[in-house]
Amino acid sequence: MLEINNLRVDLEENGKSILKGINLTVGTGSVHAIMGPNGSGKSTLSYVLSGRDGYSVTEGSIKLDGEDLLSKEAEERAAHGLFLAFQYPVEIPGVGNLTFLRTAVNAQRKVRGEPEMKSGEFLKLVREKAQELKIDSEMLKRSVNVGFSGGEKKRNEILQMIMLEPKLCVLDETDSGLDIDAMKLVSSGVNALRDEKRGFLVITHYQRLLNYIQPDFVHILVDGRIVKSGTGELALEVEHNGYADILAEMA
Amino acid sequence: MMNLLQEKREAAKLRINTLKMPEGGWSFAARAAALERVKRTGLPSRRDEYWKFTNPETLVKQATESAALFKSDEVPFFETDRLKIVFIDGVFCESSSDDLVLNGIEIDRLADVIPNKVHWAQSIYGVIESRGQTPVERPLAALNTAFATDGVLINVKRTPSKPVSLIYDHSSENSDAILHHVIKVNSGASLTVLENGPAAARFNKCMEIQLAEGASFHHIRTQGRDHERRASTHMFAQLNASSTFKSFTLTVNGRLTRNEVVVELSGENSIANIAGACVGDGDFHHDDTVFVTHAAENCDSRQVFKKVLRNGATGVFQGKILVKQCAQKTDGYQISQALLLDNDSQFNAKPELEIYADDVVCSHGSTSGAIDEEALFYLRSRGVERAEAADLLTLAFLGEAVEEIEDESLTEQIVSLLSSWLMRHRPS
Repeated sequence: MLEINNLRVDLEENGKSILKGINLTVGTGSVHAIMGPNGSGKSTLSYVLSGRDGYSVTEGSIKLDGEDLLSKEAEERAAHGLFLAFQYPVEIPGVGNLTFLRTAVNAQRKVRGEPEMKSGEFLKLVREKAQELKIDSEMLKRSVNVGFSGGEKKRNEILQMIMLEPKLCVLDETDSGLDIDAMKLVSSGVNALRDEKRGFLVITHYQRLLNYIQPDFVHILVDGRIVKSGTGELALEVEHNGYADILAEMA
Repeated sequence: MMNLLQEKREAAKLRINTLKMPEGGWSFAARAAALERVKRTGLPSRRDEYWKFTNPETLVKQATESAALFKSDEVPFFETDRLKIVFIDGVFCESSSDDLVLNGIEIDRLADVIPNKVHWAQSIYGVIESRGQTPVERPLAALNTAFATDGVLINVKRTPSKPVSLIYDHSSENSDAILHHVIKVNSGASLTVLENGPAAARFNKCMEIQLAEGASFHHIRTQGRDHERRASTHMFAQLNASSTFKSFTLTVNGRLTRNEVVVELSGENSIANIAGACVGDGDFHHDDTVFVTHAAENCDSRQVFKKVLRNGATGVFQGKILVKQCAQKTDGYQISQALLLDNDSQFNAKPELEIYADDVVCSHGSTSGAIDEEALFYLRSRGVERAEAADLLTLAFLGEAVEEIEDESLTEQIVSLLSSWLMRHRPS
């Protein structure tokens, strides 16, 4: 479903090379984890996938369901089924959470030629899904992420993911700033979305999230390259020995 | 070269020569005094400190610049039950207006009562305006007091069942209108006034408001899409104890608009909230000049102004809170912010606090900036198109000012006016 081929990316502002030839295929129904030390390029990969400005792709390609993503705007990628759960969800004062969700859902439907979701139907669905994530109606009414705790922001990301029903979910350090209870809530939200048609790319520094969202494959990203791939076992190995062993192997 | 005062007096002389002051009647003394003020101070010049950011030339000079007529069916009218009072090119239009009858209030047309020997409005007409002439002179308001021949005089004895709606229309491309309204709200009563519509090619409007103890006054105004108009408006309000004054103005387009609001909190526990939202594209110049004087204890005032500017539009905010020595426990707040959608637009702000009491809370802030790129990307990453995302963020920016309106249905109408303006003015 997702095919990344020899992806090379520089930072636009200073030309610094961040990703140095990434090759990765995520098939439908599978969960891939990307782990790596700080500064290895994990977040850059998620931003380049989502279409954020500030990066220049010097080589390679990204395809989702056979379509070239790099030529699409961020909003087109979203409508095509890509979702990025942000490491740091943005606060938007003055834009209500519900308004935001409904605008997003209907914008994507419009692009796909589907009818708008009716207000009643939408509200019913949001309330049901929000309840599963322990998001109360007060949080739905407030401005997007404004005054939310770290855990609330991440749960709000997952709520958006559930409502938008993407094909490929990219989770960027979703575990950062979460306590165990919040991590369980977020993980069960993610796990409920796992099915045959959907792929996941879970980006994380620590293995602990992967106890709750168990990956089919784990890739270790170091200095802009995937240096090692394996099954879930590999994550445990990293947890035990840190990245030092892998870095030593490379040296 | 003439000195500044000579030049201003010369301009006043030329302008006065084109106007005719009504003789006699209860308002004559106030008019004569106002005329003397104008002769003494002259009319504003761009060299005046108070007009540093807005060139008053077209507001002051003898001849009016012509302004294209605006199709009235496109004028955003308030959709609410209201008593309609219509002025065309600054002249009351009986056939388009409702009967000036509403339970609890007394409404007179200024033109009808000018010859009368006595009128209740005598204690207000030109009186509150002249109090507002210090410490800063406002000669266009004095000119208005001297020469206005039409307007409404509203005496609110009991709260009426619906708002009074002042609707301005124009039928001539060269109309030069002067309107003067007086509103007196008696103890414990409340009045809502709506204002909208293109008034004239050049419009000089003055409204004097006196609120008795426990009275309240709500004002919601839209200045519409008659882009070529040039307008100078003044509101002078005097607040007695426990009274409430709330005013919100939406301005969309307009080559030149200067809205001055001058409020004196002269009774304890009174409240004044003045808010404005404006959106301008291209040759748009909008100036909000506000002066709030705290002259009694325990009063609250808020000034909330938001401007969205693009394609070289200019926004101005001059806002002052003056706290007199007697006005302990004052709570004053002032914020003015501009969202500049491109590099060509500009916002000039002059926020001022002048405080002589020692036990007060006053804060002010002023910012100008671009759309938050992080927020824009976040919205886009969820599938919202760039233009729609920018509109959402722009409406959110204006929200703080719009929320000052208490009536929810009016808030919704204002928001929908704003969103349709944004849709029409999306960058192509």
